[in-house]
Amino acid sequence: MAGNKGRGRAAYTFNIEAVGFSKGEKLPDVVLKPPPLFPDTDYKPVPLKTGEGEEYMLALKQELRETMKRMPYFIETPEERQDIERYSKRYMKVYKEEWIPGSKPKKAKDAGKGTSLTRTADVLKKIEELEKRGDGEKSDEENEEKEGSKEKSKEGDDDDDDDAAEQEEYDEEEQEEENDYINSYFEDGDDFGADSDDNMDEATY
Amino acid sequence: MWMDEIALRLPSTMTQAEIKLCSLLLQEHFGEIVEKIGVHLIRTGSQPLRVIAHDTGTSLDQVKKALCVLVQHNLVSYQVHKRGVVEYEAQCSRVLRMLRYPRYIYTTKTLYSDTGELIVEELLLNGKLTMSAVVKKVADRLTETMEDGKTMDYAEVSNTFVRLADTHFVQRCPSVPTTENSDPGPPPPAPTLVINEKDMYLVPKLSLIGKGKRRRSSDEDAAGEPKAKRPKHTTDNKEPIPDDGIYWQANLDRFHQHFRDQAIVSAVANRMDQTSSEIVRTMLRMSEITTSSSAPFTQPLSSNEIFRSLPVGYNISKQVLDQYLTLLADDPLEFVGKSGDSGGGMYVINLHKALASLATATLESVVQERFGSRCARIFRLVLQKKHIEQKQVEDFAMIPAKEAKDMLYKMLSENFMSLQSIANLIERRQFETKENKRLLEKSQRVEAIIASMQATGAEEAQLQEIEEMITAPERQQLETLKRNVNKLDASEIQVDETIFLLESYIECTMKRQ
Repeated sequence: MAGNKGRGRAAYTFNIEAVGFSKGEKLPDVVLKPPPLFPDTDYKPVPLKTGEGEEYMLALKQELRETMKRMPYFIETPEERQDIERYSKRYMKVYKEEWIPGSKPKKAKDAGKGTSLTRTADVLKKIEELEKRGDGEKSDEENEEKEGSKEKSKEGDDDDDDDAAEQEEYDEEEQEEENDYINSYFEDGDDFGADSDDNMDEATY
Repeated sequence: MWMDEIALRLPSTMTQAEIKLCSLLLQEHFGEIVEKIGVHLIRTGSQPLRVIAHDTGTSLDQVKKALCVLVQHNLVSYQVHKRGVVEYEAQCSRVLRMLRYPRYIYTTKTLYSDTGELIVEELLLNGKLTMSAVVKKVADRLTETMEDGKTMDYAEVSNTFVRLADTHFVQRCPSVPTTENSDPGPPPPAPTLVINEKDMYLVPKLSLIGKGKRRRSSDEDAAGEPKAKRPKHTTDNKEPIPDDGIYWQANLDRFHQHFRDQAIVSAVANRMDQTSSEIVRTMLRMSEITTSSSAPFTQPLSSNEIFRSLPVGYNISKQVLDQYLTLLADDPLEFVGKSGDSGGGMYVINLHKALASLATATLESVVQERFGSRCARIFRLVLQKKHIEQKQVEDFAMIPAKEAKDMLYKMLSENFMSLQSIANLIERRQFETKENKRLLEKSQRVEAIIASMQATGAEEAQLQEIEEMITAPERQQLETLKRNVNKLDASEIQVDETIFLLESYIECTMKRQ
């Protein structure tokens, strides 16, 4: 059986003094919202320094932030698959230089995925091709590291090269834009209009 | 040693603050993948490639890319361990230095003007570069800003580069050692990079001939929006690189030495006068290359030498100089000390003492601003009292362990709070930007439209119409956002100045133990 409440008056089920209120003291108002995120402080902060140097560094900082995002060292997270491929996406691609660590040109040494992964040396291999694949699969070609040139394989080659991957991407785009037809239109050896009843090529009588 | 005791007593939250800040910095500069790998290494210490991939649940390919970026930027190093396992290790403190990039670059501007500024900027943005690459990039960038028809000569950029190397602001990166008698056995899985002290600032004999090239204007439209299609342009990627394998980086320690000197000179100017500060500046300049970064004081300099080294046009007599030196040496702050009588008097700058004073002043200032003048007065009295008790001890190096410990602990705590502040500042800035993302994007689009319309010669009325696409309240909102972001950014830079002073003292003190 529950304890009786005094008629019309609530009694605390715990010792109110333990929480810090003396008996009979007026309790603070009910709080209807969370406390402010940035409450006022007694002492206001010192104003920021101003001057030519400070202004310049501020502008520099903001500029650097933007520049870094466009550099090849900024690795974008692979996008999640989109349900609908938006047309505008093609035109919003940001141009980025590819950075391939290592200044030596690609050697046609074979290293299939299998063999390179089973190599005993745990090394940072030269990444030959940073082709972006839609589903983020690993790059196909991993070359053997060049002995004694690991340092180089880590250094950026900073000439403004259009590398192979980029060329491909670019050419593809160029081709796509040169004709007005969707490439899939004539897939699978369809003969356009061959089986169609609406044969517009022939004159209708 | 009691240093370890201090480290243990510190709340583990200090490391948390550092890690949080590193995470934010890596994410802003290199994206989330690099951030994930970098933070993981900071947390776990040294690890091999496969363990990183496994523990972070990241593909090997991604880990490699991330490590490439981190190693390129001197944020991660590697070492071959026994059984040929290569392990990667992150340098947390180096990651935090990214906050200071604007200061490094601006400082170079004040010392070596625009050319120097861009050299250091390119080195910081790219981590490591060959001299020829730097010269080309900087020449191109400078040419962009010049009048039509004018170009920047490679030779001029090279000269500035050499000056930066001579004064140690840039240095060579460790490189693969040349093996004369190569061991016919299998090569090591990773090279051990070395650099000879005497080679560190040695500029390769290059004859870089050329001029900067302007980018073609079709690369980006007026508003800076990059087009999806990048037109092919003639590249000189087939030219051989004359200094292949010789990479350069910015020498951050040298900048820190400069900042320290600046702070000391400024303190002397505030406390005494311009002339005193110029004398101190001269002494520091004379000691630049001869004093190691952790030295407690500079090499002794004679009054005669100092007199000869005063800046040209600074007309004070030898007697006046001697008077100033005496005053400086007698000052209770003890920035300058007298170490002998030969050569007209031998003087040193007490670097450690100076750093301690600067750090203490910083602390006092923080107490004052955060807790009010009364607290500051108490704080100062306590510090002074301790100092008075120690007056009996002649050699300042014999500070009793307890006082030094307390002092160090205070510095470390304040340092931790500063790091935490910066992390908060960054988070707030990112939050504000995200809140207003839609409006920012709209504003950028409108600007782009206006810019392209202006380029095609649109009428004033048309431009007005487009501008009005942004309503007045929206404009207000953008103004407020810009003001807030500027404040937050500026705060980051200025809190980092505090961190610099505190860490300089901490580092100096740690090394002496």
